[in-house]
Amino acid sequence: MLLDIAANSISSLKEPWWKFIYDFSVLTEAIDKSLKGSMSPFWVTVTEMVIIGIVFLLFYAVIGLFLVYAERKVCAFIQNRLGPNRIGPYGIFQTIADLVKLLFKELIPIKNADNFLFNLAPYIVIIVNFMTIAAIPFGAGMLAIDFNIGIFYIMAVSSMSVVGVLLAGWSSNSKYSLIGAMRSGAQIVSYELSVGLALVTIVILAGSMQLSVIVESQRDGWFIFKGHISAVIAFVIYLIAGTAETNRGPFDLAEAESELTAGYHTEYSGIRFAFFYLAEYINMFVIASIAATLFLGGWMPFHVGNWEGFNRIMDFIPPIVWYFGKTFFVIWIMMLYKWTFPRLRIDQLLTLEWKYLLPINLVNVLIMALLVLMGWHF
Amino acid sequence: MEEQVKNPIVDEQEEYFINMGPQHPSTHGVLRLVVSLKGEIVKNVEPHIGYIHRGIEKMCESITYPQIIHLTDRMDYLSAHMNNEVVCLAVEKALEVEIPDRIKVIRTIMSELSRIQSHQLFWASYGMDMGGQTCFFYGLRDREMILDIFEETTGGRMIVSYNCPGGLMYDIHPNFQKRVKDFIKYFRKVLPEYDAILTGNVIFRERSLGIGTLSLEDAISFGVTGPSGRASGFSCDVRKHEPYSAYDRVKFNEVLYTEGDTYHRYLARVEEMRESMNIIDQLIDNIPEGPYAVKMKPVIKVPEGEYFQRVETARGELGMFLISDGNKNPYRVKFRSPNFSNLGVLNQITKDFKIADLVAIAGSLDFVIPDIDR
Repeated sequence: MLLDIAANSISSLKEPWWKFIYDFSVLTEAIDKSLKGSMSPFWVTVTEMVIIGIVFLLFYAVIGLFLVYAERKVCAFIQNRLGPNRIGPYGIFQTIADLVKLLFKELIPIKNADNFLFNLAPYIVIIVNFMTIAAIPFGAGMLAIDFNIGIFYIMAVSSMSVVGVLLAGWSSNSKYSLIGAMRSGAQIVSYELSVGLALVTIVILAGSMQLSVIVESQRDGWFIFKGHISAVIAFVIYLIAGTAETNRGPFDLAEAESELTAGYHTEYSGIRFAFFYLAEYINMFVIASIAATLFLGGWMPFHVGNWEGFNRIMDFIPPIVWYFGKTFFVIWIMMLYKWTFPRLRIDQLLTLEWKYLLPINLVNVLIMALLVLMGWHF
Repeated sequence: MEEQVKNPIVDEQEEYFINMGPQHPSTHGVLRLVVSLKGEIVKNVEPHIGYIHRGIEKMCESITYPQIIHLTDRMDYLSAHMNNEVVCLAVEKALEVEIPDRIKVIRTIMSELSRIQSHQLFWASYGMDMGGQTCFFYGLRDREMILDIFEETTGGRMIVSYNCPGGLMYDIHPNFQKRVKDFIKYFRKVLPEYDAILTGNVIFRERSLGIGTLSLEDAISFGVTGPSGRASGFSCDVRKHEPYSAYDRVKFNEVLYTEGDTYHRYLARVEEMRESMNIIDQLIDNIPEGPYAVKMKPVIKVPEGEYFQRVETARGELGMFLISDGNKNPYRVKFRSPNFSNLGVLNQITKDFKIADLVAIAGSLDFVIPDIDR
């Protein structure tokens, strides 16, 4: 039956099949149409949800594994090492081997731990992560849900990951975990403000919270160029605050290795530990892709005013390539400074947020409002 | 066991305690710190030592003098060469042996190389304590070159056992001078990189300036020596005040600061690497000709009496107190190890700082745990 549906959907394509790399809705609409031909509307929705769920699960695992590999290569490059190079060409299967190892590892039971919460915590972190990915536009017509309050949704969902971290720290019945979780709580709650305000700056410029509209309105120039001074400040603040929110260096206080061994996931082992580890990388991916979407135009190619020929060449590169190119560029920057800077102390971290980033951000929002009001943006 | 875990100083209402160590990434070995915390603020630190106590001083009483150097190697394994030197100097002083210049110069060069590699490892692990993991690889990359030089000449990389009473175990390798010169040339170029990645970093300065200040009075009364003491203004360089080997014929500065905080303890070590390179520069081109060891009796018997000798290791002043009853093995040996005294000051200077500062301060005192326990 599945083959029938596939054959139907290919035959019902209006345009050549390879067009979907430029506009993914060509493919999704064809599948939708052929499904509707053979099922009741309820089952169509269910089937589509299942397909999207499976695709996202696969995507989640692949991108997580790839990012772990990429980070190990980048940090090896910075540290005069080779990095993983044993399994597969250039060690590309190293992370898969690691995953298999973690899957087979024993889940060590913790004495006096709150077992229900202890088991629940990694899943909360993973689920929250999963929910954020749903709203991100990966390409033209390539997003699962197109909320009219997309940014608001992402903000709301991503700030829930602190619950998982706090639960992990609390239920482990370990002082190191507790200190790590409390640090992480203070950190994420504080930096959520800066992330929010940096996004608000762009929302003012875009005039919409819908991610597809935001990307569409960057057709004639990315927001980081359109909003010039204000957008650049917002971008830098977003990168700093976003890194802090993912608990990555130099803000990795929650898992400060030299102080707290591994912070909130000290007591976790096997696949539960892998979940936390994976979640950190997916979190980084989400932060980077929001940065790419809001500031660097998402999947939108690089266009310059009225250079028709240049714009056409840029359009020739598929949107999905643009999207991943930009996202990985932001991730690369985040990796570079993770492996260069020492770690901050908790009071310095909070000072940075409340005394510097937040006031700058508030002023920046006003400047942006002024720019938009006076029409001084491009 | 229960009484041991219970800490009487903890105020049960407000404070809790955690065990840092014996297995903990930032204690650099099997040191156990019982830390009383109020939130994140350190109220009391109680070091528990003895996890790697091997009774080196007692073992010395049952073995001969040339054998002792193989034990002192294992005390402060990062300045193994200097540890051996203190034994050799003590025995030579007791026997009143005249040591040729060649031996003195080679010993000095090897000591300074050991000092550089020890400070390189300090720099590497200190960066790691602060969260900058890249430092660790940079430090170890350059340290490897010194270890290669050691390996070529002595056969050992870290535990060199190169000194022996009356001279050296073997002559230097023909490549020795060239490789040392190459290394100095290379390291002078690389040292600014160290400053760029850590010393000048704004986060690093914020985290270390004014943290864990050790006053001059405390440094003297606790006997904090080495770069840690000199950062507080305690002029305690044995190489300057009581020159041994070839230190009386070289010009070098004693690195002294008055601030005494974590940052200056760090800076003192980085500057000492520069001074050590200056010392090697002055000696490497004119190593005198001569024998590499004085002919000693097959069985060394130290005349009856009490002897004391001290040297400057990478961590401070190492003293050896030796009582001999005229036999082939010592009657009693006592080492005054720099790390033991330096550890004593930890509680004094970490009070009311954060737990992250405790790691930074402990890192800046540069402990080698086997030297504390012996």
